[in-house]
Amino acid sequence: MARVTVSVIRFGGSNCDRDAVRALSQLDVDAEIVWHEDDLPADTTGVVLPGGFSYGDYLRAGAMAAHSPIMDEVRDLADDGVPVLGVCNGAQIGCESKLTPGTFTTNASARFQCEHVNVRVENADTPFTAAYDEGDVLTLPIAHGEGRFEIDDERYDDLVSENRVLFRYCDEHGDVTDAANPNGSTGAVAGVLGERESIAVLMPHPERATLSELGLTDGQGVLDAFA
Amino acid sequence: MTAYTATVTVRLKHGVLDPEAETTQKALERLGFELGDLRSADRFEIDLDAADSDEAAERAGEMADRLLANPTIHDYDVTVEAAE
Repeated sequence: MARVTVSVIRFGGSNCDRDAVRALSQLDVDAEIVWHEDDLPADTTGVVLPGGFSYGDYLRAGAMAAHSPIMDEVRDLADDGVPVLGVCNGAQIGCESKLTPGTFTTNASARFQCEHVNVRVENADTPFTAAYDEGDVLTLPIAHGEGRFEIDDERYDDLVSENRVLFRYCDEHGDVTDAANPNGSTGAVAGVLGERESIAVLMPHPERATLSELGLTDGQGVLDAFA
Repeated sequence: MTAYTATVTVRLKHGVLDPEAETTQKALERLGFELGDLRSADRFEIDLDAADSDEAAERAGEMADRLLANPTIHDYDVTVEAAE
């Protein structure tokens, strides 16, 4: 059987790269950190763009990392159907690099928010949500200052009609309400799909909700995409 | 070739929420200032050599398209002056 290796890309300022490797290892997925100035290993069968503060969030969160040469390799793999997941800063990088639509910008609160939120699975027909049913409510941590999903109305309507909204913020009953939307995201969008369902980004941290010793394991199913 | 300074101003599109500007406005009002509205923008001053000002503006525009602005939320404009 071919060795399955997930490349977790470390940019200058990434800080969830080791968390991602540890969470994937817990799921018996072989994962390794790849420095962004190096080439992706030839046997890469999945890519994680981890959270953190790449390039100090200079200019816009994710803007600099999106133009790192390794992102051209990531795009080629994504086009071949290799699963690519961006988490938090990785989600911002994914949108800035146009792997995924829209953008993540300053929270409506203008504050950094670090808390647990609930998200509802909107599309269970993807590698990242196959472990769930549509409508399932997951509790996941967020930790971001720029997590407000923005997109123009027309493209938002396209996203909805193409079933590319992956998760929405919701209350504990699965109802999408303004009060349950932590950052003012358009459509309460917490995660979206790229051109194919094997490309996804989300602001909440599934890798921080995978290890049982941390008390929260709802995120395991997202990382199951790589198993 | 002539030395120019291209100024790229990047603003949020009309209607896009600007929490930082709102916070700044509130802080000014707490200081006792009266104001109707406040908008913020990022300004980049780029020194470059170009054959003429049109070429300088075109290159600065490409920089805005590729990196300085995010077309999902930003508009930008470019002005060019001969460097002193």
